[in-house]
Amino acid sequence: MTKPPAKARPHFADEGIEKGVQKLTGESITPVIRDILKTEGGARLKVYMETCAHCGLCSEACHHYLSNDRDPKYSPAGKVRQTIGEILRKKGAVSPGFIKTACEIAFTECNLCRRCVMYCPFGIDVAYLMLFVRRICHRLGVVPQYIQDTAHSHAATLNQMWVKEDEWIDTLHWQEDEAREEIPGLRIPLEKEGAEIFYSVIGPEPKFRAQLIYQAAVIMHVAGMNWTMPATPGWDNSDMCMYTGDFEMTARLKKAHFETAMRLKTKRIVMGECGHAFRSVHDVGNRFLGWKTEPLPVVHAIQFYYELFRDKKLTVKQKFDQPVTLHDPCNVVRGAGLHELARYIIHETCDRFIEMHPNREHNYCCNAGGGVINCGPPFTKKRVTSNSVKAEQLKAVKAKGANIIIAPCHNCHGGLEDIIKHYDLGMEIKFLGDIIYECIKKT
Amino acid sequence: MNPAEWDWQTGKKTVADAGKWRNIFAHVDALYVSPDGETLAAVVQTEDLLFSVCENGRIWESRFDKISCLRFSPDNRAVALVSKEGLWTVAASGNLWANTYEFVWNLHFSAAGKSVIVAAVYQGRYLAVSDGVPWSDGFFSLSHLTVSPDGRSVAAVVQTVPLAAGDLAAFQKGCYTAAVNGRPWDMNFLNVWEMRFSPDGRRLAAQVRSTLYDYTIAVDGQPWAVHFASVWRPRFHPADGSVTAPVRVAGLWTLARDGEIFWDKRFVQLWHHQYTPDGRHIAAIVAPKFGVWTVAVDGRPWALTFNELVTDLAISPDGNRVACVGKTDGRWHVAVDGKPWDGDYDMVWPPVFSPDSRHVAAKVEKNGRFTIVVDGRPLKFEFQKAWEPVFSPDSDKILVKGMDDVNGIYTRRVVALPELSV
Amino acid sequence: MIHDIYSLLRGPMVWLAFCIFAGGMVFRITAMVGLARQKDRVVFDYMNTRYALRSILHWMVPFAGVNMRKHPVMTLVAFVFHLSVLATPLFLCAHILLVKASWNLSWWFLPDGVADVMTACVVAACGFFLCRRMLLPDVRYLTTASDLFLLALVASPFISGFWACHQWPGYPVVMMAHMLSGEILLAAIPFTRLIHMFFFPFTRGYMGSEFGGVRHAKDW
Repeated sequence: MTKPPAKARPHFADEGIEKGVQKLTGESITPVIRDILKTEGGARLKVYMETCAHCGLCSEACHHYLSNDRDPKYSPAGKVRQTIGEILRKKGAVSPGFIKTACEIAFTECNLCRRCVMYCPFGIDVAYLMLFVRRICHRLGVVPQYIQDTAHSHAATLNQMWVKEDEWIDTLHWQEDEAREEIPGLRIPLEKEGAEIFYSVIGPEPKFRAQLIYQAAVIMHVAGMNWTMPATPGWDNSDMCMYTGDFEMTARLKKAHFETAMRLKTKRIVMGECGHAFRSVHDVGNRFLGWKTEPLPVVHAIQFYYELFRDKKLTVKQKFDQPVTLHDPCNVVRGAGLHELARYIIHETCDRFIEMHPNREHNYCCNAGGGVINCGPPFTKKRVTSNSVKAEQLKAVKAKGANIIIAPCHNCHGGLEDIIKHYDLGMEIKFLGDIIYECIKKT
Repeated sequence: MNPAEWDWQTGKKTVADAGKWRNIFAHVDALYVSPDGETLAAVVQTEDLLFSVCENGRIWESRFDKISCLRFSPDNRAVALVSKEGLWTVAASGNLWANTYEFVWNLHFSAAGKSVIVAAVYQGRYLAVSDGVPWSDGFFSLSHLTVSPDGRSVAAVVQTVPLAAGDLAAFQKGCYTAAVNGRPWDMNFLNVWEMRFSPDGRRLAAQVRSTLYDYTIAVDGQPWAVHFASVWRPRFHPADGSVTAPVRVAGLWTLARDGEIFWDKRFVQLWHHQYTPDGRHIAAIVAPKFGVWTVAVDGRPWALTFNELVTDLAISPDGNRVACVGKTDGRWHVAVDGKPWDGDYDMVWPPVFSPDSRHVAAKVEKNGRFTIVVDGRPLKFEFQKAWEPVFSPDSDKILVKGMDDVNGIYTRRVVALPELSV
Repeated sequence: MIHDIYSLLRGPMVWLAFCIFAGGMVFRITAMVGLARQKDRVVFDYMNTRYALRSILHWMVPFAGVNMRKHPVMTLVAFVFHLSVLATPLFLCAHILLVKASWNLSWWFLPDGVADVMTACVVAACGFFLCRRMLLPDVRYLTTASDLFLLALVASPFISGFWACHQWPGYPVVMMAHMLSGEILLAAIPFTRLIHMFFFPFTRGYMGSEFGGVRHAKDW
């Protein structure tokens, strides 16, 4: 049948994609795709693709669709149709130009947030299908430049940000020195074998947000935790390779992370406020290694802070007095069900809490997750314009009085910051750790 | 490290009272005990708000702005990474190396303990320093410091080509290689990871990635002719010079030797393989099925499995016995030759064999208290802090190092093994 | 001649259609499970009866999920359609009489008036689905020729059955068209998107298990 007239796809120049595609020929693509389909395309791929009734009930789940004038190209099933659907239909015989578009769709028009999975009557995992496309792109060498550079960093340094071994230790020393100015006697215990808690962070913390390590150290100290951080690689729990489709590298990263915690004989891993890293350690990376669950329990910061308040390890000196709202990050809400615990912490620490709508499992993605923000500046504009629905949601909650958004996830911070700037919303974003650090009794 | 020279008279000796230290010093950091159990040491903060190391109550003469790491060498010396006025060096038993560096880290010892090796930054270049002697040349970056058993050879993964941010092509051409005693291999790779020296320290094997998708093992700079979907850390045969490594083939893991598939069995996971001292057998940690962990000897898995993890594989000196630590449903266990010990613990440290291979001991933790378990039976002593046990050279006694009470009195006990069986 | 065709459709073709349907269904499910064993072990490793059932039940109760409430008309139509499309042929008096004539087996049947309404519902729902496919841009974008063909395939035995039942003009021929289209529809189920009727519990159950067991979250 005739299709509605297609709006031209806006063009975004990305060196990683352009140069990757230049190396491809029609002949070089097909064998690679067929090999992946043969070795990795199993029952899930087949059943999802054959079960989809093309009903379009997933469309409204997607912020890309809602924010792009309900353009069908951005609906979850529409993106599947344009990418893996076409690949299967043509049995892998697709052109370099097709791969270029498929790469853009899979990497920058889907955050793998799984909201649509909750809207599909069959529970078809569109995130899995889009990851399958990314896997194909990875194997073809067509990956956006910035996120591929990050994958290179992971491979070379076992962290996301090219942080060298000495820089990591030095940063911890520096944060310890700073924190000791405030709380003499505070330590960031490095390599403390047998500590109860192995605290792990993501690469951007030592690189750009070192104050978060400071705050975590203060919280650990005040709560009297027996904790440690490693002085070796393995400290970074983040994982962009999971999002570039380089699953072999994901396995290597998670092995280093878990084995570092095991080497230090720690009982559990507590991690900072990061969403994708939680997905990687709890749901994805462990599986690539044969661990059905995490070999050591992984506790997300939300759950950890919740425990500290529940067990009265922290007491609030003065509640945060401005009205706050909460952005539920997909990877710790749809990915871990931590939404009520986050609200518990907010009720403990804040005077006034205003819900944004939709919320909890149904919250809209920040459009930074799934590696989309990691695709870098070439896609920033597209990323913010493709999430006007988030801006509307924020505007509505701001109208109710909330100027502070709590977002317990690094990627969400990045994504929301850009949205706030672009739509001139004049709101401020905080981590739970920021609020807790500000409100607790420290002595 | 020569335990034959240690004091093996049975009995209890009070070595130090760390509780008192806490009254003297503004701050006492984590406590470390020498392998022979004769010395207790800690980083302490002195009155002048500087740092030093306290060994059995005696303070090193030098004071430092920072001490980032304190460890005992296998030959019982307290060694620390120390900093004064922004420059770093190594202090062994209080004696400083002559040279200073912008930073030092990654403290290593040779197996016998004579050599002390660190990674360092000097004038912005990365290098290794052995016993105070730095490599003649530095690199853009350095990681995976690896020391040969005799300590004479030191290797590291080094970056020989500068890499601009976001330069995908340069990275994919290869910027990294291994350097042995400062000399890099001829060939560069995308990545080089965990390496291992041959027992004589003359050869080096490493995991390498030559494209984004092709992993293999390189020995002395020469990669195997075949590549795999992934590989783990290689190991040299104790005698014949061959190299084995876990490799991933068609989605499953097996062992390869010198580039050829060596085991016919396939596993969901296979890593940390070890040879018996005679090189005739190989034991490895494996997952025969998803989420099911055990030990396989020559490719044959134990019937005993754990559902969370297996770690700390140990092979007896005679090569006939294998022990490991395993975790099931959140509880930690020790298993020897496929049989679990009775107890389950909050944490278990690596099991150690006696020199005659007849006994196995491990430090364990339960409800915040530590003890030593020998052949499945816990010692009668419980500690608020304990260190890992050592068997006597004649295998008749065990050295137990622990802090009995909250006051911090550290004692060294030598216990005869027959006493344990009652 | 007409009698021969009728006998063919009434006898061997029914058998053939049922055999293709049953055999195809067994084949598709076996193949799917086999493929999953080979390449998607994860499905078995994480399948969790409790959470699978939790999810399946939530999606079988009208308006239990957020998205069902967001599309009330679609939800209503979809539930009525699926109920009718399954129940009408199974509990139609005329069908049961045929079975009884052949094997002396019978079961509860729908009053003809109710069956008429349900048949009309199926046909109307097919019309509704067709309109959705034509009018909603996102659904139209996804629609392929096979989707329209399937809609026609599903609607035709109901239209023809209604026609024949009410003995409208030309009904003897329409009756045969009814039998033929019903048989084609039955035989087509395992080999078209209609397979979703068998795959639903698997996809839904697996996703329910992942969301409930691993991610501790709702999936509706």
